[in-house]
Amino acid sequence: MKSLSFRQSGSARVLPGFGLSMGISVLFISLVLLLPITGLFGQLAGLSLAEYWSIVTEGRVVASYAVTLGAAAVAALINAAFGLLLAWVLVRYEFPGKQLLDALMDLPFALPTAVAGITLATLYASNGWMGRLLEPLGFQVAYTWVGIALAMAFTSIPFVVRTVQPVLEDLPAEIDEAAMSLGATDGVAFRRVIMPHLWPALVTGTGLAFVRSLGEFGAIIFIAGNMPYETEITALMIFVRLQEYDYAGASAIASVVLFTSLALLLAINVWQGRFVRRLHGGNS
Amino acid sequence: MRRVGDAPAVRGLLILAAVLLSALFLLLPLVAIFAQALSSGVMVFWENVSNVYTLHAIGLTLLIALMTIPVCLVFGVALAWLVTRFRFPGRRILQTLIDIPFAVSPVVAGLVYLLLYGRNGWIGNFLDGYDIQLMFAWPGILMVTIFVTCPFVARELIPLMQAQGTREEEAAVTLGASGWTVFRRVTLPNIKWALLYGVILTNARAVGEFGAVSVVSGAIRGQTNTLPLHLEQLYQDYNAVGAFSSAALLALIALLTLATKAALQRRATRREAIL
Repeated sequence: MKSLSFRQSGSARVLPGFGLSMGISVLFISLVLLLPITGLFGQLAGLSLAEYWSIVTEGRVVASYAVTLGAAAVAALINAAFGLLLAWVLVRYEFPGKQLLDALMDLPFALPTAVAGITLATLYASNGWMGRLLEPLGFQVAYTWVGIALAMAFTSIPFVVRTVQPVLEDLPAEIDEAAMSLGATDGVAFRRVIMPHLWPALVTGTGLAFVRSLGEFGAIIFIAGNMPYETEITALMIFVRLQEYDYAGASAIASVVLFTSLALLLAINVWQGRFVRRLHGGNS
Repeated sequence: MRRVGDAPAVRGLLILAAVLLSALFLLLPLVAIFAQALSSGVMVFWENVSNVYTLHAIGLTLLIALMTIPVCLVFGVALAWLVTRFRFPGRRILQTLIDIPFAVSPVVAGLVYLLLYGRNGWIGNFLDGYDIQLMFAWPGILMVTIFVTCPFVARELIPLMQAQGTREEEAAVTLGASGWTVFRRVTLPNIKWALLYGVILTNARAVGEFGAVSVVSGAIRGQTNTLPLHLEQLYQDYNAVGAFSSAALLALIALLTLATKAALQRRATRREAIL
């Protein structure tokens, strides 16, 4: 890495296109990503601090934070367990249909969220395939908090599987073979030898799944029931304010969502960066 | 030698759990889409798909995707070239900024565009004087679609181009090739599959975007209704078969995306095996 930076620094640049690619990239990022966000600040500037505070701490809005954060946390935990299991099975074992299972893992990213939304709502409604089975047992999924967590879990499944999978693939066979030959049981070897290598990827994947769940909209609104104070997510609150033409209210709530997800993303990046540096002996 | 989880009982149990859970959470919804779409027979499905409003929604959705792809392609290639071929201050920041669309809720993305380009925003207000309306019209849909899809091509290309390094391109330049020739004859053949996959991901997200588009579209039937918005309206009108007919079309695109990814991956492993 060091020799590369030395070779390409200053006027010794060999490859062409620096100006052109820099121009396109900076122009695009400024116009498409950054400029619109200034519109949000413009709108917020029209609010006094007291007004802003009263909008973002209003009872119904606070209830929506609780619903969103709680359901996203549950969904992320479900995904951590499910994702770890799937990554393990896909990397460690050979069985018929494995490639199909592997391809299926990407379905939630490929499937439009609105399609996932109406499908889950139909499946888990009281006359749906799953609802008919679950409701006699006393489990109400559709139009409850559980449905929201389910929809969030569905849309964010690939994050954990796809971050843990490559790490597990790169793990040399010797380390668990050594543990096993020294007499460790499966459980002990997994916990003490394999998990220490996996947990950074597991935490990163779970964190990304959590951030995605916080902002998810299309997959959730159909199954949520959208009852104020009970099953209303924050993204829907923004939407409701917009439909009331309350742009200031929508912007204030949106700013809370935006800063929360950007802060979390930054935290994940910094944490991951520090971990990778530690792995490579501080030379990266 | 024995590794963790190699005991037949553990192995069988884990595979069974993985397959059953995936079937329940992933495969069942997929099957349900097509079962619902065809629940009143193929003829009804066909009538729903060939309905004039559905056809208009399909047309608009494809048009938006067709316009989004070249924009994302040019940006993705330029950014990947910039951050993998040169070192300069701010390189890391550019790579972080490109992740913004992944972290921003689609509804918030739609909102910020509405605030800036809508009638109350300063750009929207200015354009309104010239009778140009971007929001609640197709240009608005296009703009937010570009926002949510722009990271995909770059994110596919950056790790690949990083791994490939610059040696081949430097050799070509030293031998006197022009920049365009280097890109076309050296870089492009190396990245074409990743580029294709990036385009397919961009397309999948562009045709399926819901949250951001629903904020800026206005969802006027036969005018600004994309396919996901159209199926929402049908679903809210209790026309489940109609909604799932549109959903089935979108699910087919999703399946095509997955198949392409699997095919490209197999190709990559085969090439690794040969080398």
